[in-house]
Amino acid sequence: MIQITTLETRNLCESAKNGGCGECQTSCQSACKTSCGIANQNCENK
Amino acid sequence: MIHPYKLNGYNIVLDVCSGSIHLVDEIAYDLIVGYEDTPRTELIAALAAKYADKTNPDELNEAYDQVTALKDAGKLFTPDNYEPMAGQLKAKTSGVIKALCLHVAHVCNLNCSYCFASQGKYHGDRAIMSFEVGKRALDFLVEHSGTRKNLEVDFFGGEPLMNFQVVKDLVAYARSIEQAAGKHFRFTLTTNGMLVDDEVIDFANRECHNVVLSLDGRKEIHDRFRVDYAGNGSWERIVPKFQRFVEARGGKGYYMRGTFTHANPDFLKDIQTMLDLGFTELSMEPVVCAPDDPSALTEADKPIVMQQYEELAKLMLERDREGRPFTFYHYMIDLTGGPCIYKRISGCGSGTEYMAVTPWGDLYPCHQFVGEEKFRLGDIWTGVTNHAIQDQFAACNVYAREECKSCWARLYCSGGCAANAYHATGKITGTYAYGCELFRKRMECALMLAAARQLKLEN
Repeated sequence: MIQITTLETRNLCESAKNGGCGECQTSCQSACKTSCGIANQNCENK
Repeated sequence: MIHPYKLNGYNIVLDVCSGSIHLVDEIAYDLIVGYEDTPRTELIAALAAKYADKTNPDELNEAYDQVTALKDAGKLFTPDNYEPMAGQLKAKTSGVIKALCLHVAHVCNLNCSYCFASQGKYHGDRAIMSFEVGKRALDFLVEHSGTRKNLEVDFFGGEPLMNFQVVKDLVAYARSIEQAAGKHFRFTLTTNGMLVDDEVIDFANRECHNVVLSLDGRKEIHDRFRVDYAGNGSWERIVPKFQRFVEARGGKGYYMRGTFTHANPDFLKDIQTMLDLGFTELSMEPVVCAPDDPSALTEADKPIVMQQYEELAKLMLERDREGRPFTFYHYMIDLTGGPCIYKRISGCGSGTEYMAVTPWGDLYPCHQFVGEEKFRLGDIWTGVTNHAIQDQFAACNVYAREECKSCWARLYCSGGCAANAYHATGKITGTYAYGCELFRKRMECALMLAAARQLKLEN
């Protein structure tokens, strides 16, 4: 049996539908201050 | 576009544009990697030969159909249709500012040679922000925040506690106006710890949503750079204060934030030191400095750093198993939540929704541009007047950078740091290649970690 396990993830295409509220934090503010990453930020609408 | 990779015993396939993640065995891995470029019969025959002792054409055909079904369901080989949306979020929120970095002190009581802010002075004169300037900055933020409720303010420097009275007065002022304005201020304090005392701890734990505490890890590493003006290391003085501070926070947010340099590409030892000291919310950042600076990371350091990132992820899983978990800022990924696609393609927000305010009230796109006169946007009394520069930042998104268009990690960094890009290439729409390589490694590790944790929860 060949194994393919699909994890539960937020569907990014679906997330386009509400247009983005802009309430989330700006990227490196309040934390690292020297590199940009947005993956670790919270969605204020979830 | 997919990004297949192998890490820590997992074969991982990331579908870049849908965000789907598949954990697969080695046969499925080869099947997915060959799916788009090799005709079905040829691919099945090749894999049947390669894995003759493990599978057969019937199973391979079944798996092929499964991959096709995932593609049809939008979970594999999803095309990137997001580019037309790239400027929309910024356009919709144009003119709205939601966060300020208040440089309350362009002075510092440490003299760290690797400091991107040149010992807190940002290549300029020493200065302290007055209450009047800070108050006006808060009013400016409220006035320009539109319908945004949560407003974020960082007390930054230099060392902000060298101007603690103004910090306290500004928080009191903000609390006095936020209800009537329909806003909520979230404050962050970034400190080197030298002036932390019981009053600071009580204040920060009452008022600050987050505190960022600078500690580089091992004593000898920390004290190599983080010295006072007499050249004495600060580790012995700050560590007990930070321990009291964190204990008193009672679960409120903090980051123990270190910098690693050419002196410690083996930074996992520094993370281990932080853990041994009792800290669990950790961030460790590659140094930001000119390439000819002795502390700059070199090409020879890169493989060491990459390996450290992998070992860090493994350590986190090990500590999970032992019931002693810890957080690493760059490995925090919420697979089922996390930012929406608009956030992921819009860039970091510097110069548009986030700005830095100097002690004398000038506005800059972010704290890392302070002191670069040509990036001065305006001031807190008249607002943004340098629209040419602001327009450049408004146009700065993941599709503004040619290199990003073909990068699998683009929806995790949103195009990267404009300041790092500028310092590496002279353009804010450039890319800092070394930083990108480290970022991609961090994301591979973070995704592996998140996947392993989700699997463990399911089992």
